[in-house]
Amino acid sequence: MHQTVSNGAPKTFLDQVIAATPGQSHLEMCIQCGTCGGSCPSGPDMDSTPRNLFAMIRAGMKERVLRSNAPWFCVSCYYCMVRCPQDIHVTDVMYTLKRMSVKSKLYDESTAPDFSKTFIFWVENFGRSFELGLMSQHMIRHNPFGVFKIADMGVGMVTKGRISFTPKRIKGMDSLRAILDKAKEIEAEDDAKIMGGAG
Amino acid sequence: MKYSVFPGCSLEKGALGYPYWQSMEVVLKPLGIELVEVDDWNCCGATEYIALNRMAAYALIARTLALAAKTDGLREMVAPCSACYLNLAKTDTYLAQDAALAEKVNGALAAGGLHYKPGAVRTRHLLDVIVNDVGYTPIEAKVTKPLTGLRIAPYYGCLFGRPKLDGVVDDPEYPVALDKLMQALGAEVVDYPMKAHCCGGHMTQISEASAFEMIRRLVKGAADYKADLIVTVCPMCQMNLDGFQSAMNRYFKTDYHIPVLYFTQMMGLAFGESARALGIGAEIVDARPALARIGVEVPPSEETPPAAKPRRPKEALPMPAMPGREEV
Ligand code: SF4
Ligand code: SF4
Ligand code: SF4
Ligand code: SF4
Repeated sequence: MHQTVSNGAPKTFLDQVIAATPGQSHLEMCIQCGTCGGSCPSGPDMDSTPRNLFAMIRAGMKERVLRSNAPWFCVSCYYCMVRCPQDIHVTDVMYTLKRMSVKSKLYDESTAPDFSKTFIFWVENFGRSFELGLMSQHMIRHNPFGVFKIADMGVGMVTKGRISFTPKRIKGMDSLRAILDKAKEIEAEDDAKIMGGAG
Repeated sequence: MKYSVFPGCSLEKGALGYPYWQSMEVVLKPLGIELVEVDDWNCCGATEYIALNRMAAYALIARTLALAAKTDGLREMVAPCSACYLNLAKTDTYLAQDAALAEKVNGALAAGGLHYKPGAVRTRHLLDVIVNDVGYTPIEAKVTKPLTGLRIAPYYGCLFGRPKLDGVVDDPEYPVALDKLMQALGAEVVDYPMKAHCCGGHMTQISEASAFEMIRRLVKGAADYKADLIVTVCPMCQMNLDGFQSAMNRYFKTDYHIPVLYFTQMMGLAFGESARALGIGAEIVDARPALARIGVEVPPSEETPPAAKPRRPKEALPMPAMPGREEV
């Protein structure tokens, strides 16, 4: 655990990010070497490199960080994490920033949060997901691309007998739902402590 | 050798990655590996659940780990999907490192009558089990139809070797397990520089330009090295490189046709199994011309377009119609 003030609430934005990241993120150890950004396949799309974000986190620039598109372009490739000389869990911090930006409603018009929501909808109601079904659902809702049409791939796959549109529901759906509800409750309590009620 | 197995949503019958499952079952038998499916496993949440809910994402995975711990007393679980493997293995690692997290996650599991002791089940990638527990020599001994003359680009993607969790055996940036396995099957393996680069994961859902660029680099890399095909170890990679290849071609006005098969399918072919038994023929980029080079004939897929009204079980959610199709 990182240093906290006496009432247990992390005091700085840096502390909050660390507290909200599972495992040992080592974020406070960043030496600003830039290896992460230089290794990132999504670097060109990001308005700030991970290194940049981490400097802003340290400077307490919360809103700017949570408005950044960088976490949404992170593809979880873990290159940064295996190359970081300080063993900083960059990818895990990116996930934390996604959650924080959604909770504080600061994310931009990226369709990523909605994609995550659609995905989670399947998981929470079936216990299983299936990519193409959810992709077509997502695409139709957002029609995010001009050129790309899911039909290009989708029809090919249907005609090749590769996909069904029916995820199986798990038997223990009730128990899974109870687990997830409880987990969210615990997370809400946790967040209240981490953010000191400030969101 | 006996393990529990977590198939993951992508490998279920009717899902995109089912040919991976089919070919895995075919090749594991002669290698003496027995798999017991974890009863009532749930989706691992991919990279999506954790983007919105941290505790629920960990609890979701922990439920499967808890069920795995009850599977025939088996301590090791195989995951054929790289993303599933990473999620399960990483969650277990973090739960073991972070006692406070483990306590909270177990608080959630208790609501469903479950408990998980971190470290109770070790999750391993299918490729790891095949090359390290079986080994190359016994595999070579099973080869009856070597893949001689076939040029293969071995593609690992990100999550087979990264992040470097305890027990990860291959190099995170220059893995070689799949190279050696394909060589053991008699194939000519190209020194594929993109082999551990990222296919973009779910980026196809977020940004067309970024997604297609990631796919383009990988396909072009294989074409530059004159590979006949790309071999993958992950259903998500397979879908990105195969299913989106034509859309990527249209986007960049290129004309690549690099088929993408699973390593288990290549093993099966080298063991003398029929293409059909291995689920070959379901891929979108036609693998026939490449496989003809080693004398493998792929039967035309008998599944012509499904009947106008495929039946859907009642419990299925209503699906939106896909563009260009009235009903799905
Ligand atoms: S590689 Fe690690 S230490 Fe270097 S800037 Fe990135 S996070 Fe900081
Ligand atoms: S994990 Fe995310 S931030 Fe790190 S290199 Fe990959 S895309 Fe970039
Ligand atoms: S990675 Fe994909 S397929 Fe594997 S379980 Fe997770 S969501 Fe389902
Ligand atoms: S290569 Fe693609 S699918 Fe495979 S692990 Fe990386 S992002 Fe996931």
